[in-house]
Amino acid sequence: MAKGAVPTMEEAVRLLRETPLFELGRAADEVRRRLHPGRAVGYIVDRNVNYTNICGCGCSFCAFYREPSAPDAYVLSEEILSRKIEETLLLGGTQILLQGGLHPDWTIEDAERLVRAVKRHPIRLHGFSPPEVWHFAIRSGLSIREVIARLIGAGLDSIPGGGAEILDDEVRKKISPRKIGWEQWAAVMREAHRQGLRASATMMFGSVETAESIARHLLRIRELQEETGGFSSFIPWTFQSGNTALSLDPAFGEGAAAGFNHAVGYLRVLAVSRLLLPNIRTVQVSWVTMGAKVAQVGLFFGANDFGSTMIEENVVASAGVAYRMSEEEIDATIRDAGFQPVKREGLPCWT
Amino acid sequence: MEADLRTIRDKVRAGRRLSEEDALALYRSRDILSVGEMADFANRRKNGDRVYFIVNRHINPTNICVNRCQFCAFSKTKGESLAYTMTMEEVLRRAEEAQAQKATELHIVGGLHPDLPFDFYLAMLRTLRERFPSMHLQAFTAVEIDYFAKITGLTLDEVIRRLKEAGLGSLPGGGAEIFAPEIRNRICPEKISGDRWLEVMEAVHAAELRSNATMLYGHVETLESRVDHLRRLRELQDRTGGFQSFIPLAFHPKNTQIAKGYTTGLEDLLALAVARLYLDNFAHVKSFWIMVGPKLAQISLHFGVNDIDGTVVEERITHAAGAQAGQEMTVSELVTMIRQAGHVPVERDTLYNVVREWPEGSA
Repeated sequence: MAKGAVPTMEEAVRLLRETPLFELGRAADEVRRRLHPGRAVGYIVDRNVNYTNICGCGCSFCAFYREPSAPDAYVLSEEILSRKIEETLLLGGTQILLQGGLHPDWTIEDAERLVRAVKRHPIRLHGFSPPEVWHFAIRSGLSIREVIARLIGAGLDSIPGGGAEILDDEVRKKISPRKIGWEQWAAVMREAHRQGLRASATMMFGSVETAESIARHLLRIRELQEETGGFSSFIPWTFQSGNTALSLDPAFGEGAAAGFNHAVGYLRVLAVSRLLLPNIRTVQVSWVTMGAKVAQVGLFFGANDFGSTMIEENVVASAGVAYRMSEEEIDATIRDAGFQPVKREGLPCWT
Repeated sequence: MEADLRTIRDKVRAGRRLSEEDALALYRSRDILSVGEMADFANRRKNGDRVYFIVNRHINPTNICVNRCQFCAFSKTKGESLAYTMTMEEVLRRAEEAQAQKATELHIVGGLHPDLPFDFYLAMLRTLRERFPSMHLQAFTAVEIDYFAKITGLTLDEVIRRLKEAGLGSLPGGGAEIFAPEIRNRICPEKISGDRWLEVMEAVHAAELRSNATMLYGHVETLESRVDHLRRLRELQDRTGGFQSFIPLAFHPKNTQIAKGYTTGLEDLLALAVARLYLDNFAHVKSFWIMVGPKLAQISLHFGVNDIDGTVVEERITHAAGAQAGQEMTVSELVTMIRQAGHVPVERDTLYNVVREWPEGSA
């Protein structure tokens, strides 16, 4: 792959499938060192708050969503929301990551009310992934531009890259047919960036996609970033199959063995992400899906950020995964790898 | 690359033996890509792409132990509420299950029971060998062998001879912990010394029984004491050649008397990679997935490891200390995990004879 040139699909796929693991690690480590010549590795103390689990999307990879009539369906009250934020502040938290299901009744007014409720507290709000923004627009008869402007008006600070899954409609048709397509996801991000909101970008891999789809996802993110410069970080993480409809699909079982949903595969995808996205400053490990040990090793495969302490996390936990890390553990794990932990207060800085 | 790593790499490439200073430099390094690559090189030169696993079953007949080591969450004193001793029927039932699952090995270790006579263990081996002749009996750490000598007044050689005659096939490598007395006296003052452990193993090898070797790391030991441990193993192996595999064991803190966190991923990978590089006279370095977790065990296959132990089925010792891995891996899970790492899975028996190869495409 020529230095500086945008890699082709074929080159990207070859990196994913064929390049020896240590060669990938070295190349990714080199990009990481160039972008972050110091030894700093960031993390944040924050809490994932999921305002509702009621969702009309019904994605087959998701163990979190419920029908409105389900006995354990919920919508958080403002009292509980406030209590969660106060607890977060007491623990030294600086940010709330607010995401929820696509509730059939919710409009922009509900979203604005929620944003104001959070912003009554002295805390950053990183909230509403592109499918939620799109949903509020449809439900309220507004444009994406108007929805984003109103969320910013209510106090939203930045937006998470959730709902990206794999930005390839062939894959989306199989695992999330009712969710917005890749172009709509990109359109929401483009508009958010235009209005000055910073964002993270994510990728959930290890379900039914091929190396080609992962490469496509990475190259599409790269291109969008060239255009807007609005992504501060990229977070690849692995599909967790527990309690999901997809786990019962025989096609998933066959595909999974050949895919990247394992520790070595994760390191490969992490390194290739670092290599293919030199225009996004920060690549984050996912200890929530991979555990502290693999996440620490990930710092040598291109990552420069340990993510969040996740005082609360519900979505991955509902798939039966229960890794936990305290701030002290994150700090010690980063130091043990020879890096300097840096607690950040919001998204990794992008300049 | 750091300068001392470059010297080490040249030695590794030339197949020259590493010094204790080299081992220490490797432990101290945080250039894990370089260390990993060297260990991978050394491993592939010996073992190619092949990674071994075994279909086995662990049986821990008793947790009652007269030693109460600080790092151990498994042992109980007789009369304590969670103390247990299996009856012969309970041992046999587990062996039957193992045979039904096509296990080739029973891995039997337990506490130093105050009352069970040596004859109990001999009878257990004889019964297992008669009823299940197809399964290899890997049993009793050097600590248990020494204890049998103590309670019977027999010589080591005689104890080993009688066990072998009763059906003992080989010995696991447990009880080594850390040999250095200043560490050993802090974590397991009642246990036999490092010298005695090595003496028992030398006698075992002289009786033409193979064994494994272990090292417990991640507690209060120093890196120097780890290097000392490896040095003494390498010296004994030069003399006897009786060790099959080396297995670093990650300390698990829960329910123990040592206040310490779990080991980190780097610590685990370095423990394995350094062993591969320094223990040039050991054929096999094993990553015990129960200890480091299946994910890190898979990554370690690129850091010098060529064995990931086995199906295990029921594990009590590490789980008492808060192991986060499950109790069992199926053959298909082990095969998939090895293949996904880019290696060729090989089912072995205890003595590393090939039971079955799983080349690409085989079901």
